[in-house]
Amino acid sequence: MRLAFILSEIGSGLRRNLSMVISVILVTFISLTFVGAAGLLQLQINQMKGYWYDRVQVAVFLCVENSTSPSCAAGPVTEEQRDTIRGMLESEAFTPYVASVEYESQDEALGHFKDQFANSPIVDSVTADQLPESFRVNLVDPEKYEVINEAFSSLPGVDVVSDQRELLEKVFSVMNRASLGALLVAGVMTVCAILLIATTIRLSAFSRRRETGIMRLVGASKAVIQLPFILEGVIAAVVGALLASGALWGMSRFVIGGWLAREYPETAFISDQQVLLLVPALILLGALLAGVSSLLTLRRYVKV
Amino acid sequence: MIRFENVTKVYDATSRPALDSVSLEVDRSEFVFLVGASGSGKSTFIRLVLKEDSASRGAVYVAGQNVANIPSWRVPRLRRGIGVVFQDFRLLPNKTVFANVAFAMQVIGKSRAVIRETVPEVLKTVGLEGKNNRMPHELSGGEQQRVAIARAIVNRPGILLADEPTGNLDPTTSMGIMKVLDRINSNGTTVVMATHDDDIVNTMRKRVVELRNGAVVRDDAQGIYIGETEAVAE
Repeated sequence: MRLAFILSEIGSGLRRNLSMVISVILVTFISLTFVGAAGLLQLQINQMKGYWYDRVQVAVFLCVENSTSPSCAAGPVTEEQRDTIRGMLESEAFTPYVASVEYESQDEALGHFKDQFANSPIVDSVTADQLPESFRVNLVDPEKYEVINEAFSSLPGVDVVSDQRELLEKVFSVMNRASLGALLVAGVMTVCAILLIATTIRLSAFSRRRETGIMRLVGASKAVIQLPFILEGVIAAVVGALLASGALWGMSRFVIGGWLAREYPETAFISDQQVLLLVPALILLGALLAGVSSLLTLRRYVKV
Repeated sequence: MIRFENVTKVYDATSRPALDSVSLEVDRSEFVFLVGASGSGKSTFIRLVLKEDSASRGAVYVAGQNVANIPSWRVPRLRRGIGVVFQDFRLLPNKTVFANVAFAMQVIGKSRAVIRETVPEVLKTVGLEGKNNRMPHELSGGEQQRVAIARAIVNRPGILLADEPTGNLDPTTSMGIMKVLDRINSNGTTVVMATHDDDIVNTMRKRVVELRNGAVVRDDAQGIYIGETEAVAE
């Protein structure tokens, strides 16, 4: 009975304040969408890290005819130098760092190059002897790139040691900044949402002051008096959170899944299922937001 | 049922106290008129019984319990034992007579079956049979006050507090209301009625407690209303 009563109170409260309730829904929708977008970016970063950190290599490029670095002064790498370098990479001193070593010849390099730039007219003008041969080193710990760099970069016959991870880090830092920006917008919108919820509850409490006054007199408990107001805010915020979840799911399905994944097939993107992980968090956040702000408002505006 | 022990209530330190060291005892099933001019402390008395305010000094006992010792979460229980009626009725304008009375039962969690059974009974007690589905604005002032009384007693409180319940009503209608209150009192409910309607007090011949400037100046077992001339002379 009490439950039915509280539910009917909530219903009448929502109807009476419809325009305010809608604005609460929209503001929580926008703010939680930005929170979710930041979450999506973080998920995407983690996904890419997981995917790429297993694949990134340190490339030890060897000298070719027109290399300019000092260690290549003697011209292209000799058979002997190449064997020394390979020997060092495979020696016991480096086994704690090096997981595996692959040799890429100039012909293989040309093959990869042609794959990568298949649509570019540049391909036809490149020949195998312009591309450096290299050792592709998989590290046990990708962070230990410096060890390889120090040991090999000045060795005769080595042109340059390059860490592919550095490139990725740049991409990740851009993405991190974007997610920070999304969080900032989310923060501002969340403040809006909290204030708007507080105002809505105040209005609602004012328009129902007669009822709450009588409830107090006949001895209704604090919960029965306050719960309809709190739940009103929570319901509006949860609806906003559901809309935000829908928007994020749509974004991942149609923008990431439908477009980005087709354009960049070799990149690992997050899936719709991973987006669904965000949904409970968003709903919880929305409910918490509304619950706390309405509780604080009620303490000031509804005497019990 | 209600006991005040040297109760003083100060709202604002600069002005005189609303109640000044009042000691008073109201027994179970008693009918007491609280008379006195406006500002004599009648409403403050009612607020203290309901624990809407707490006494600055002294102790207020309701049903044997010092209200100062009731924790805030138990206050609703105290109020369930007390019905209140006001001069301005305080009905919910968008609810029918039945719904207004039922509201008092709904909010404390009574079942629908109990409500359906009790509300018509109580409406009959206050003389509103057959008006279940009227809206408050379709009723006369006297009828509205009867609805308010029905709402106050529907949960069978031991005490009924009435703050000038006839203040907005003409003398004939007022007498009707008094009959209702008298009937409720004879069923065992303690009634405390604040009023400055001398006709009613003189007709009813009940106990009269007169307050002036926050102090009890008279307590007659079967009193009449004599404060008016003195108050005017003052």
